[in-house]
Amino acid sequence: MKKLVIMLAIPLIVSFGLLLWIQQLNAAQGFGGDNTLVVYNWGDYIDEELIGEFEEQSGLKVVYQTFDSNEAMLTKIEQGGTAFDVAVPSDYAISKMREENLLLPIDYDKLENFDNIDPRFLDKSFDPGNKYSVPYFWGTVGIVYNPELVDGEITSWNDLWEMPLENDILLADGTREVMGFGLNSLGYSLNTTNKDELIEAEQKLEMLWPNIKAIVGDEIKMLMANREAAAAVVWSGDASEIMYENEELTYVIPEEGTNLWFDNLVIPSTAQNVDGAHQFIDFMLDADIAARNTDYVGYSTPNEAALEFLDEEVTSDERFYPSREVTQDLEVYENLGKRMNAYYNELYLRFKMQSK
Amino acid sequence: MNQTNQTAKTVYLTTYWIWIALFVIAPLVLVVYYSFFDIDGNLSLENYQTFFTSTYLSMTLSSFWYAFLITFFSLLVGYPTAYLLTKTKHKQLWLLLILLPSWINLLLKAYAFLGIFGTYGITNQFLEAIGIGTKQILFTDFSFVFVSVYIFIPFMILPIYNAIEKLPPSLVYASRDLGASNWTTFRRVIFPLTLDGVKSGIQIVFIPALSLFMITRLIAGNRVITLGTAIEQQFLVTQNWGMGSTIAVFLILAMVLVMVVTRDWGAKGAVRR
Repeated sequence: MKKLVIMLAIPLIVSFGLLLWIQQLNAAQGFGGDNTLVVYNWGDYIDEELIGEFEEQSGLKVVYQTFDSNEAMLTKIEQGGTAFDVAVPSDYAISKMREENLLLPIDYDKLENFDNIDPRFLDKSFDPGNKYSVPYFWGTVGIVYNPELVDGEITSWNDLWEMPLENDILLADGTREVMGFGLNSLGYSLNTTNKDELIEAEQKLEMLWPNIKAIVGDEIKMLMANREAAAAVVWSGDASEIMYENEELTYVIPEEGTNLWFDNLVIPSTAQNVDGAHQFIDFMLDADIAARNTDYVGYSTPNEAALEFLDEEVTSDERFYPSREVTQDLEVYENLGKRMNAYYNELYLRFKMQSK
Repeated sequence: MNQTNQTAKTVYLTTYWIWIALFVIAPLVLVVYYSFFDIDGNLSLENYQTFFTSTYLSMTLSSFWYAFLITFFSLLVGYPTAYLLTKTKHKQLWLLLILLPSWINLLLKAYAFLGIFGTYGITNQFLEAIGIGTKQILFTDFSFVFVSVYIFIPFMILPIYNAIEKLPPSLVYASRDLGASNWTTFRRVIFPLTLDGVKSGIQIVFIPALSLFMITRLIAGNRVITLGTAIEQQFLVTQNWGMGSTIAVFLILAMVLVMVVTRDWGAKGAVRR
């Protein structure tokens, strides 16, 4: 019994001691509650060196946390608990957060670098007038493929069905993305709320199963770079990372149209350090900083001023910086409401169940 | 003296009951409670209706099937391993080696298998070298069951090992003295007396196997969909907590079922003995 008590007591004392130590370390470096900034971002979505530079410049201590889906992020912010000061949700998530009063308005007097943003990425339906959000990165959903493993050139969604790609396609595991390309391949809007169209799209997707090798998450990047499959449906940013790893591959924006997405910087209502949040957003909007961040992350930057600092070869690449003519025909996800969203997910689950 | 004993007992019991109430009963009640709310937050039986549609029923069946396969193969490999383990010289060392992998994060182990089973991975290089040629291993039922068994097997070995260890050797000697063959000794003496270990092993493996998620995506590429996957999607993606809870209710019912079945099975065995 005595031994048991000692065995229980030791870890307790040790962890308590460590906790005190951490607090003391933080205090010694001058990091208290007031001068920390909690940033909540997607995994691997910032050049971490920039965080250090921001800390030096602002004197704030950045606590950097990551999430892997908009929904996971939303749930955590709704629950409260952690005081996130800056978050990076995507378009439809922003409109949802706006409706649920989870966002604080941006004070544009505090942002000196806002004019760097290309106006074509502002004032979108998910946040009219950009009252709550500032663009961070943008991109499309498309097909990344390996021309050496594919007989011919992929140009459209329907090529996935029609070309000889048996057991050779990977899909990114996202409800809106998969249902979206199913809808687009039939010529429907990827924001449709028409159940007949949705069912038709789901049935068409089921017919793709012989060609589908797997539906996976982030590991899709590694798998494609390793030639595990010939083609994959991915976000353009992932595609550029894959192509960086393996230069054989190429990316195409399918001709039937696709999704145009945005990840924007917002200040959630949980924020404790609103001033610091503005400082951070302004820092990320700086042309030079944005260029370096873009260089690291590999996604497309909406920062027009930053383009000058980037390699011409990158910014003139129509696959990742499509022209205005291309982007104006692409659709941004709309927030379809809980019911419709659940219906999309139900169909997606039904599609997944048909793998055998 | 008696008085203080009594107080101590009350204190212990109270802590115990508070623990049970907070971390066992309250979550169960909450799960059942949430399952009666539809996505708009209205009280309804909609979730239960949805559950009894072909999508969820076939998912339940396939979950059971895969959980069964995983448990079966874990037992098939785990029992002999546990048995041999008790016969080795450095038991504790071997046991430690078997338990060691369970200290490594599940995700890391799963990622390692992506490399091992991939088209250009070690396994396929080996198959290529011996002339069989590259096969698709990743994203198949085989890889899913294999990796799951790999992950769960320490939990099968441990209780069986303990049961065999506790078996008095004199019983085995007696059986031999009375002329029973090795096989008969195993079948009539060792196995029935270690059944308790087998039962706990099955319970510990089968129930988590029913609710596996993550591995279904990483290793099976979403070609295997279990109830666990569906719960994850309902909570994290759809944010339909009601439906997620409803699936969880059925998962709990399945667990109770497994407990009851394994218990009765043991009781019958006792009568036969």
